[in-house]
Amino acid sequence: MTDTTEAVRRASTRTIRVEVSRYRPGEDAEPVFQEYEVPLMADWAVLDGLNYIKDRLDGSLSFRWSCRMGVCGSCGMNVNGEPRLTCGTFLSEYGEGPVRIEPLKGFPVIRDLVVDIDDFLAKLSSVRPWLIREGEEPPLTAEYAQTPEQLEAYKQYSMCINCLLCYSACPVYVLDPDFLGPAAIALAQRYNLDSRDMGDRFDVLNLEDSVWGCTFVGECTSACPKHVDPAEAIQRYKLTAALRSVLPWSRR
Amino acid sequence: MKTRDEVTPGGYRPRRDAFWFARSRAYTVFVLRELTSVFVAWTVVFLLLLVDAVLGGSLPEFAALAARPWMIALNVLALAATCFHAITFLNLAPRATVVRLDGYRLPAWLIQGGNHSLWLAVSAVVAFFVLRGFQ
Amino acid sequence: MRRTPEPYLWLLFSGGGVVAALLLPVLVLLFGVLMPLGVVDWPAAEHLRALLDSPPVRVALVVVVVLCLFHAAHRVRHTSEELFGIARFDVVIALLCYGGAVAGGVVAAVLMV
Ligand code: SF4
Ligand code: FES
Repeated sequence: MTDTTEAVRRASTRTIRVEVSRYRPGEDAEPVFQEYEVPLMADWAVLDGLNYIKDRLDGSLSFRWSCRMGVCGSCGMNVNGEPRLTCGTFLSEYGEGPVRIEPLKGFPVIRDLVVDIDDFLAKLSSVRPWLIREGEEPPLTAEYAQTPEQLEAYKQYSMCINCLLCYSACPVYVLDPDFLGPAAIALAQRYNLDSRDMGDRFDVLNLEDSVWGCTFVGECTSACPKHVDPAEAIQRYKLTAALRSVLPWSRR
Repeated sequence: MKTRDEVTPGGYRPRRDAFWFARSRAYTVFVLRELTSVFVAWTVVFLLLLVDAVLGGSLPEFAALAARPWMIALNVLALAATCFHAITFLNLAPRATVVRLDGYRLPAWLIQGGNHSLWLAVSAVVAFFVLRGFQ
Repeated sequence: MRRTPEPYLWLLFSGGGVVAALLLPVLVLLFGVLMPLGVVDWPAAEHLRALLDSPPVRVALVVVVVLCLFHAAHRVRHTSEELFGIARFDVVIALLCYGGAVAGGVVAAVLMV
């Protein structure tokens, strides 16, 4: 803490205005913006600015974060209208400011910058995001070796950190929350394309609100901080599902 | 103890944003890309009129109609829209088809380059038959 | 398992997208812009007629018309629902759009026989 105080004092008086969306249930009928002046430190991420506000200016501000290194996926917010990991976005990127911080679009706001992700969690489990094996009771020590090619086939989709930036970027999801959405479909593909998986997710993917709801805007892919490319995952499954529908005997 | 749902039943949900397509450049480009389909439909109608004129022997009348300034303006728009459609559609094609050779994925630019070359070749063949053919 | 027509509609949409991309720009360029502007002369009516007289060309034309119209119908259906927030009328919109495409295909087929 003292380190920060020192550094802040030593830094010139350069500050940046941060406009934070506040929503206090019972108090605010709808979100309002509150402005704060935050020191503009060269190495501060937007999340550091929020933590500065919470520590020094206004302890009532609520937001989620944990790892500060882009792996936990909990700090996603809308920064100047774009879904971003706030721990991976520098304040200095916004020059003189102001920077506008809002909760992720497309999810109900619980408080300030905290959104309700229960809906996504239900969607995620609906695609059975685990390796499905059939008819075996292997010893605990059993191994399932994979070749580098077999790993390569799904690795990209396994990088997802459930940060939900892709949902916030997707107009289809924001307009119609029944859409299964980018990350859930990409994670379904992560298991579909795994050589060890024996499951079949056709029943949950081949639906109007699933892959067929996607109109290939492509913004999920632009928003994804982990280069999962959910748009591609969805397009690939459209082709798979279409071929399976016309050639009923082909499985994948 | 209060559960969260008592405090905030469902949380705050903003109303539908009627101008969502104007909120970012990417959304606007997306909507324009989708709207090229209106001109695709128009072009098909225009070509059906042409075919009807050719088969019914009224090609001069059709040519006069096509030469009206508003018709030309409309078709210039249709040309721009169908070209935009062609570029975007052929660029997106490799995203659905993952071609693997020897375990390695064929890079997108190779597929896209192939698509665009095919587009040029088909256009040249069509132009050849329309304008000259084997006489 | 629930049956859905979406995979078939998507295949028609995609096929139409490819056909429209490959064929339409050059056709509007020639017949809609260059010929009306006088940059290129209109071909003789007999020449175009001879092209249309070959059965493979006729069949191909009907296929092209149907595919392109399905492509447009699919996009118009989704985009109108997204732009105007009328997804709850999807069944009616879909019937109108794809119905229009089928009607266009019928017109083309009638012209060709
Ligand atoms: S696909 Fe990318 S943007 Fe979407 S939740 Fe996963 S990591 Fe985040
Ligand atoms: S705090 Fe963990 S991803 Fe940003």
